Amino acid sequence: MIYSIPFYTVVILILVGLYAMIFKRNLIKMAIGLTIVESAVNLFLVTLGYREGGVAPIYTNLPSGISIPEGMVLPVPQALTLTSIVIGVAILALMLSLSMMIYRHYGTLDSRKVRRLKE
Amino acid sequence: MNADWLLQNSPALIIAIPLLAAFLMPVIDKIGRRARNAFAIIILVIEEMLVLFLAYDVFGGNIHIYTMGAANPLTTVPAQAAVPIRIVLEVDAMGIFMAIISATVCLAAGIYSLAFIEEEKGKGKYYTLLLLILVGMLGMELTGDMFNLFVFLEVLSIACAALIAYRSNTGDAVEGAFKFLIISSIAALFVLFAIALLYAQYDLLNMAALAHAITYSNLDKIALVLLVAAFAMKCGSVPMHFWTPDAYSVAPASITAILVAASQASLYALFRVCFSLYNVTLNLATIGGALIIFGLLSMFIGVTMALPQKDIKRLMAYHAISQTGYMLLGVGVGLYLLADPEFSTYGIKAMEGGIFHIINHAMYKGLLFLTSGAIFYRLKTRNLNEMGGLGHSMKWTAIFFIIGALAIAGIPPFNGFASKLLIYEAAYKVSPILSIIAMLVSILTLASFVKVFHSAFMGPKIHDVEEVPRSMLAGMAVLTFVIILFGLFPGWVVGNIVHPAAQALAEQAAYIQAVIGG
Amino acid sequence: MLRTTGGYWDPVLWIIAFIVVAIVAYIIRAMGRSDYSGKGEQRKPYISGVEEPEKEAVHIRAGNIYWGFLESMKGYYNAMMKIHTGIVNDYISWFVGISALLFIFVFLVEVI
Repeated sequence: MIYSIPFYTVVILILVGLYAMIFKRNLIKMAIGLTIVESAVNLFLVTLGYREGGVAPIYTNLPSGISIPEGMVLPVPQALTLTSIVIGVAILALMLSLSMMIYRHYGTLDSRKVRRLKE
Repeated sequence: MNADWLLQNSPALIIAIPLLAAFLMPVIDKIGRRARNAFAIIILVIEEMLVLFLAYDVFGGNIHIYTMGAANPLTTVPAQAAVPIRIVLEVDAMGIFMAIISATVCLAAGIYSLAFIEEEKGKGKYYTLLLLILVGMLGMELTGDMFNLFVFLEVLSIACAALIAYRSNTGDAVEGAFKFLIISSIAALFVLFAIALLYAQYDLLNMAALAHAITYSNLDKIALVLLVAAFAMKCGSVPMHFWTPDAYSVAPASITAILVAASQASLYALFRVCFSLYNVTLNLATIGGALIIFGLLSMFIGVTMALPQKDIKRLMAYHAISQTGYMLLGVGVGLYLLADPEFSTYGIKAMEGGIFHIINHAMYKGLLFLTSGAIFYRLKTRNLNEMGGLGHSMKWTAIFFIIGALAIAGIPPFNGFASKLLIYEAAYKVSPILSIIAMLVSILTLASFVKVFHSAFMGPKIHDVEEVPRSMLAGMAVLTFVIILFGLFPGWVVGNIVHPAAQALAEQAAYIQAVIGG
Repeated sequence: MLRTTGGYWDPVLWIIAFIVVAIVAYIIRAMGRSDYSGKGEQRKPYISGVEEPEKEAVHIRAGNIYWGFLESMKGYYNAMMKIHTGIVNDYISWFVGISALLFIFVFLVEVI
């Protein structure tokens, strides 16, 4: 039961992030919502690799009594999560700089007013 | 360094060369304008030739494998392992078909950009990002690994968003880029979620290994729905198409032509997931029906929203949505009939029509966007109400526009007619209504391009402009050459290029066997 | 030659047919009078004696083309224009809505 808590957290975080992206009008709040969704997906990826009682998947200086590879957590999801975090940083940087420029041009960050391109 | 070595390593070289060039470009930009232009064009030409070289072998019937980081690039499953490890690039006929489209459109847009962005600032960064878009597209199309697909999807969307905001002195461009970035990020995050779901079940990331192991359990259904919805949003199909006119209209015209090819890379990813990953395990009537419905809605809503537009690039962007509907309709009919014995008679013909339409659309839509860029270059406006009488002075642009407009409307003898004919006749066998709506949309397409031609090129001479510079005409000529070539020899193209691609999509067994080996 | 489900399509034959028809049309045209100049009173349209206005005055701008079509489909276009708001939050809610619909579709089909 306790090992399912991260998965419930992932679902709740995705719902919170989507709520922030759909119902909040400020562009910065939408960027925050996107970051919440991205954190949730990263959490999901990292949780997939956990094996109960496992140690870090490093071969040197293993604690005694650990069998290889059943006693280690999976290393692949950790690599996937690191890649995803880096991509998230790049997207957040670009999104915030675009919001800054939108503020310079439009004078507002309200998504209902930033709509010269419509219909 | 002989031809065999080049052929064996070409999947990796095709992705690595523009990546290295993109990182060298800011350095070469310091040398001077001529060096930067020459470097960009040389890299794009090298890419085109590499892709065609690989295509010649792949269309002959071999699937090419490249394992990144292994001692021998052909060993996907090492001696003690039971599953493929490392990132495997798998190039089959459909992948290299899309790579030809990406390389050609980027080459034409690159040649076009030589004169088009002369007065803008930050041209070195423009070329860097253009090469990164090329890397993203080629990476998505040549890879055989799900997470690699996600990474290249993100590379593509970030580079595209940055280039849409290229004219950052206008507020419109930044708004369009922001909308594009939000939509792409949400789509990519849900793709990652679906990939994580598949990984959680099968502990595999390789597409061929997943295809071998997949059963249609509940988590697989969730992953499928997320993947289909996210990729359908990325390629601009109708209920989620709202970002397309915004982003396409404010980008510089050469980037819009490349954005069309980028949306089609997402369409390719959608087909790859539906056909090669799931194949007959998924519920064909549901997903095939969903694709057909997306296609019909896209066709009709795209073209009816295009008719009242006054901005020339927004109008063309709605037409891009409409033509994507044709591709979804054609391949959706193919997916719908995949398990049916009738597949080999008209199901595969529908898929060929849809896939042929992909390359036709990239060519003529790219050409139309480049001509609208030529009009913008001279008049500095995109509003159709302010244009008029350009046909008197911009004769070459008018000719290219006529060729593009006739091609998109499906008028013989251009290539649009050939692919639309395949789609009409094959969809008719499933239900006559599909063909009727498709033909109606074709007529409305012609109507809206007559509107654009009349407003922009005909009428009394209001503006005193000259023809556009020769490099822009050369870029347009590259695409026109392909349009006329495919229009005059559709039988050869379908037999040698499109049919192997459709076959490669439909036959999952060859795809799996190339990596896992029987 | 491209073989489709219902038949075939060959653009080279089409171009040959087009050229033949064009040659026939040219021959018929060449059999006409050779002293027709193409200018003057005979060429102007007849609008009940009123002078033909200048081209600039009657050139229809792009916003007004297809007025009839747009007017007849006004209900459809009003609905469509209302949906295309331009607000980015709506774009995402459409995505969530359509994926929810697809979920229901995919799961319910097994049950039914």
